[in-house]
Amino acid sequence: MSAEEVYEKKILDRFSDALIAFVVKIITLFRKDWAKRNKSRIDEWRLMLYALNRSPIGIAGLVLGLGFVIVGIIGPWIAPHSYDFSYIMATGKFKEYYLAPPGTGGALLGTDDLGRDLLSLLLYGARVSLMATVLVLPIGITIGIIIGLIAGYYGGAVDEILMRLTDVFLAFPGLILALAFSSALTQRIALAIAHSQFLTSLISSLFGVKPVDALNVAPILSIIVALWIVWWPGYARMTRGLTLQEKNNVYVEASKALGLSSPSIMFRHILPNVLGPIIVMMTLDIGGVILTEAGLSFLMGAMVKIPDWGAIVQAGSQYLVQGKWWLVIFPGLAILISVLGWNLFGDSLRDILDPRTRRSIEFKIKKRKKIEKGEKQ
Amino acid sequence: MVEPLVHVEGLKKYFPAGGFLKKVWVKAVDGISFDIFEGETLGLVGESGCGKTTTGRLILRLIKPTAGKVLFAGKDVTKLRGKELKAFRREANIVFQDPYTSLDPRQTVFNIIMEPLKTHGIQVDDPEGFVTKLLYEVGLNETHLYRYPHEFSGGQRQRIAIARILALRPKFIILDEPTSALDVSVQAQILNMLKNLQKKYGLTYMFISHNLGVVRYMSNRIAVMYLGKIVEIAPAKTLFENPLHPYTKALLASIPVPDPEAARTKPKIQITGEPPSPINPPPGCRFAPRCPYAKDLCRQKEPKLKEIEHNHFVACWLY
Repeated sequence: MSAEEVYEKKILDRFSDALIAFVVKIITLFRKDWAKRNKSRIDEWRLMLYALNRSPIGIAGLVLGLGFVIVGIIGPWIAPHSYDFSYIMATGKFKEYYLAPPGTGGALLGTDDLGRDLLSLLLYGARVSLMATVLVLPIGITIGIIIGLIAGYYGGAVDEILMRLTDVFLAFPGLILALAFSSALTQRIALAIAHSQFLTSLISSLFGVKPVDALNVAPILSIIVALWIVWWPGYARMTRGLTLQEKNNVYVEASKALGLSSPSIMFRHILPNVLGPIIVMMTLDIGGVILTEAGLSFLMGAMVKIPDWGAIVQAGSQYLVQGKWWLVIFPGLAILISVLGWNLFGDSLRDILDPRTRRSIEFKIKKRKKIEKGEKQ
Repeated sequence: MVEPLVHVEGLKKYFPAGGFLKKVWVKAVDGISFDIFEGETLGLVGESGCGKTTTGRLILRLIKPTAGKVLFAGKDVTKLRGKELKAFRREANIVFQDPYTSLDPRQTVFNIIMEPLKTHGIQVDDPEGFVTKLLYEVGLNETHLYRYPHEFSGGQRQRIAIARILALRPKFIILDEPTSALDVSVQAQILNMLKNLQKKYGLTYMFISHNLGVVRYMSNRIAVMYLGKIVEIAPAKTLFENPLHPYTKALLASIPVPDPEAARTKPKIQITGEPPSPINPPPGCRFAPRCPYAKDLCRQKEPKLKEIEHNHFVACWLY
């Protein structure tokens, strides 16, 4: 029975069908027989998307999460002003634009103490948060997966050594380590950036800042380096556990009997089978990285001279007692929405990727359809 | 004298089993020797936990033996490394008991069967045609090419597992209870298919099972294992007609007879109790504590395999 026969379709399902058809078409452009060979897999995708479509919370999370990513990508381009534009400097009207409330003369979300447009700052800040997640997670996850796979697959002494190493890293208090790193590393990173034309242009384009300000990204980069160190152990432990479990399946021994090398058994057979929970954890961790990065730049406050959500909150917090709420509330909301979005999506992704819970979702849908049919007769 | 394809000599495997101050070992396989000749099927029977499967894994070097050697076509398998080991993997393989976990759930049938070829660098002109041909050999067809294992029944999965091995054109296959997880009707189909494939490709089998009927149907010679030791080896017919070892007799007596009249007249040898722990096996004959004929000698000294009749070996002090 294919997916089409079982479900009554909702508008979203038609949309997902179109999406899958589009993806399949693109792949077929490069590999001719792909669609024929992977019919079962395409059906599986379809079922996953149908299950997602029936989870309103998951959809809401996906919309918010993707919203964060899209804003992060295009933010610097759609911002009404540059992040270093100041209404005070531009117009000379200090009284009007010093901590102007939302809606004052063109500044939709108000201005800060330097007369900068808060909306523009937030849009630029989205890029910084996005880059932090993009730079932290893939590297942390890759290190974690490799170490976990090796430890779980080989077991014995290898496992013992790698896992004790992981324990050492787990024992580092993340925030304190990051703070220590930022004070130790910031200067060096800044120097490296200053000396390299390539790094300057790379960082200014990645983070959406002017080349002059590339140096000021150094504190954030040192936060990222610190997060690499504290982020992988969780993945290593999880991958190891999953690998130990998966290793018991006879297909691992069968692959060995067929002459496959250990790396190809690990990466071609075990890894794809343990990837589900890792992807879920990654989705939940996107929020975690945004939050940690914002928290650290909040703590470092004055060191961070580029628009970063945490730093904006920190700068604005001193004016909160005067009733200038917008400098804290708006960046706080931005953080809240992006983190919440990914967490909600991650939660429903867990249900979708786990075949058991997905079957129960599918079962519910099918059953309802049957009952409705019965009533008609 | 004909050179055996597989020659096992003094094979031992002890697994560590904890123990705080003194290391404790589970003696899963404790010094067994036998030969398997080209083109024949050697049956290996015994109750659960007697070391049948461990023996199979040792022969294929899936685990390293504690002692002893396994010669495959004259080469010592236990000492193979790198390229030689890989070449050996091409010639000898195993079909596992559980067809539900022996296939990677994320690979299509096509990929499952092609992977060993890619691993061994074997080129085929028309992969799709090649795999389809193999699928026909094991009773499947081209509509199954791009399906995933979960879309198949246990018997079909076992067929896929067999096709995957056949792709490498091996000489020797260990069948580790290949049908014990399947329905009786499917069992017969798979067994007949295995017999036909053996004839067609001149395969040599080692058939591991606890099902005496199946072993008798499949094997030319049968080895009976008890607690890590081989107690009797004989041609299938001889073993069933004239079992010598008391354990073999008891095993054969335990086969249910579907005729109450015949069941009453059947010789009854019953053994009581559980097999002793493989961590601390009894000195002397391992079967002695449960053997109705046990003498003092049996409890003190271990019997060796002796050729009583032509090709009929037994390890028992009664003979």
